[in-house]
Amino acid sequence: MTSAAGYSVPKIQIRELRKAFGPKQVLDGVDLEIAAGESLVIIGGSGTGKSVLIKNIIGLIRPDSGSIMIDGRETTTMGAADREDIMHKFGMLFQGGALFDSLPVWQNVAFGLIQVQRMARAAARSRAIEILAQVGLPAEVADLSPAELSGGMQKRVSLARSIATQPEIMFFDEPTTGLDPIMGSVIDALIVKSVRELGATALSITHDMASARRIADHIAMIHGGKIVWSGPVSEIDHCDNPYVDQFINGRAEGPIQMQVKR
Amino acid sequence: MPILAPIGRSTIAFFTVIGRVALFTLLSVSHCVRPPIFPRQIGRQMLEIGFYSLPVVGLTAIFTGMVLALQSFTGFSRFSAESAIPNIVVVSITRELGPVLAGLMVAGRVSAAIAAEIGTMRVTEQIDALTTLSTNPHKYLIAPRLIAGLLMLPLLVLVADIIGVLGGYLVSIFTLGFNPATYLKNTWDFMQPIDVISGLVKAAVFGFLLTLMGCYHGYNSRGGAQGVGQATTNAVVSASVLIFLSNYIVTTLFFAE
Ligand SMILES: Nc1ncnc2c1ncn2[C@@H]1O[C@H](COP(=O)(O)OP(=O)(O)O)[C@@H](O)[C@H]1O
Ligand SMILES: [Mg+2]
Repeated sequence: MTSAAGYSVPKIQIRELRKAFGPKQVLDGVDLEIAAGESLVIIGGSGTGKSVLIKNIIGLIRPDSGSIMIDGRETTTMGAADREDIMHKFGMLFQGGALFDSLPVWQNVAFGLIQVQRMARAAARSRAIEILAQVGLPAEVADLSPAELSGGMQKRVSLARSIATQPEIMFFDEPTTGLDPIMGSVIDALIVKSVRELGATALSITHDMASARRIADHIAMIHGGKIVWSGPVSEIDHCDNPYVDQFINGRAEGPIQMQVKR
Repeated sequence: MPILAPIGRSTIAFFTVIGRVALFTLLSVSHCVRPPIFPRQIGRQMLEIGFYSLPVVGLTAIFTGMVLALQSFTGFSRFSAESAIPNIVVVSITRELGPVLAGLMVAGRVSAAIAAEIGTMRVTEQIDALTTLSTNPHKYLIAPRLIAGLLMLPLLVLVADIIGVLGGYLVSIFTLGFNPATYLKNTWDFMQPIDVISGLVKAAVFGFLLTLMGCYHGYNSRGGAQGVGQATTNAVVSASVLIFLSNYIVTTLFFAE
């Protein structure tokens, strides 16, 4: 894996990606590149298609047109078998957690280890408990059901599940939304640590600027179905892009119009 | 023209649904027969569908057998009730009432539960999460349920047959004053292997259909709690209708001249 600045093939390269649901054009020509080992954060208002973008990259949603390359391979036209190969590279933290509520916590965390890597259940269990410890959860939660956990704990279990198989590319969809600020910082730190330690490429979504600054190497802003700005995190405060300026300062006045009345 | 358009639209919608269900079925069945399989999931579903349905199926069967004996006695008492009642009970239970009533009861229990569970997994993105964990939802969620339904319903119906005949026996002996030995002998004489076998074949078909409907509607549910509720209702209704439809078809295959 070469550095973010190198001329190597980008880990993820998206060109002219379009996706509509009925008459609603959610993605309208997204261009995005993520280098290997880079942590990119996508910011943008609610309902601007951030989750839809991630789901297109992972292959949970089929785009209407455009190109998505992972490690230089086009994925939008891939067959089922190749797609499964690519899927092994991914780990995903869903916005709502999406923990399997029919399985205890440890089996959620160990799911990929048991079902995909065919690890023995006893070994997978102790591995799961190690990973739970990394995200700050005691061994006692291992046998609880996800429904018995608080929101913050569920997010951490979800994080543990998404990093358990040590994926090359991690997606984190609003990992800190709905958490208190302290728990938010803890999760951010965990994400940074997991990404650094595993040398992974990360794509996170947030609309929390404090969180974005902690996680990101690069930031991209999505609005109106397009990436309206992208650059290193250090440049975001003086980029004189009106969209970014309005968003990071949380102003009601500006180019981004909220449709309050209709 | 304004009359034909809605007819055309609903015809197209109807065949679209048929096509979707057919594709879903083919895909799911292909995952049933291709490795890897999930034995733990299959075992869990067999317990859920088979074992936990025993009380409801047993109760249905015993009361059906009892009422069957009672009703036929009032109808046939003037003729040779002693031999007619064991015959009616054993033929009706094994051919029709055992499989159909067990199928309907299990459809109410199991199709609904499957649709609710898989539907909730869909709307809370657990199915998407499975996919990102390189686990095919058709293989992990749907195939085990179809296999369990296909295997467990015949066993349940076998139990229902025995309990149903027992219900008829109890009423005949204790209420109608029949001779136990004669009743048992008549039951045994009138019981045809083909009746039992056709009933078990029906059960396997019903078991497949009712789990399929639960899976299909759950897998395709949309839009939160309301969508899951809708999926559950649709699963039970479509499973019940398909049970009656396939019951007629299987009966024709076995017994039509
Ligand atoms: N499966 C879907 N079907 C129809 N519309 C969808 C679907 N998924 C998302 N949308 C719509 O796409 C838009 C973007 O959604 P999303 O990506 O979840 O927003 P966010 O940026 O908050 O993550 C929303 O208006 C949403 O209603
Ligand atoms: Mg979202």
